[in-house]
Amino acid sequence: MARIAESHGDECESQKRLNEFRHGDLDALETLFRQYQRAVYGWILRIVRNPSVAEELTAETFWRIYRAHARFEPSYGFEGWARRIATHAALDWMRSTRAEARVEELVVDPAAPAVADPAITAEIRLRTQEAFARLAPKLRIAAVLAVVEELPQKEVAAALGISVAAVKLRVFRALRLLRRDLERQGIKP
Amino acid sequence: MTEHEEDRMKKLLQQALPAVEAEPEPGRDLWPAVLKRMDEKPDMLPWLDWALLGGLVGLAAFFPTAIPVMLYYL
Repeated sequence: MARIAESHGDECESQKRLNEFRHGDLDALETLFRQYQRAVYGWILRIVRNPSVAEELTAETFWRIYRAHARFEPSYGFEGWARRIATHAALDWMRSTRAEARVEELVVDPAAPAVADPAITAEIRLRTQEAFARLAPKLRIAAVLAVVEELPQKEVAAALGISVAAVKLRVFRALRLLRRDLERQGIKP
Repeated sequence: MTEHEEDRMKKLLQQALPAVEAEPEPGRDLWPAVLKRMDEKPDMLPWLDWALLGGLVGLAAFFPTAIPVMLYYL
């Protein structure tokens, strides 16, 4: 019983904080920042794949969040709203950065890929990264979240502000264009 | 593109861009960077908002009959 009361108290405290934030309270924003910065940073890192860029964009996201505080609806929850703003901040960054620069800034953990298919050489992986960086940002975001990170399409759709069907279409288009680009380079995926 | 080709492309992409670890953490406290942005970028209407406002004013000036329609959608 005490645990239920405690949980109810936490929920009330959380709602109170969200309401204070909605009225532009900077302390409430800092509390929310401390609570969600890791989640927002992780989300952006999944999209831009570069830790220093993700840090900058996390700060940019919380600045945008503060600027939009009056439009926040507490009943819809903070994390999903923050994720959507973070996605748009990442999209703006991708649009303002050239494809070549995006490849240079791409940080791939060398220890990460346990290459299951020996036919996929380092050269093919590099060419794939370059071709992927040349895709339109909105296609890249959908593909990286749904295919590389294997996140639920519903979650990706909510972050992009589009339908699940539109996510599927963007992923399909991204893969098709990627395949054509690789084929033009003489790589048969 | 067939379903098989789509699966091949997905596999290729997953190997070219490995997934990010489960709970990555920023390398530094980012709150000072948020505060710095607030100081550097004062809260103002972005240019797109101004352009939209200008467009609406222009529309109302040239087509006054559109005013009730605009008010309806407010």
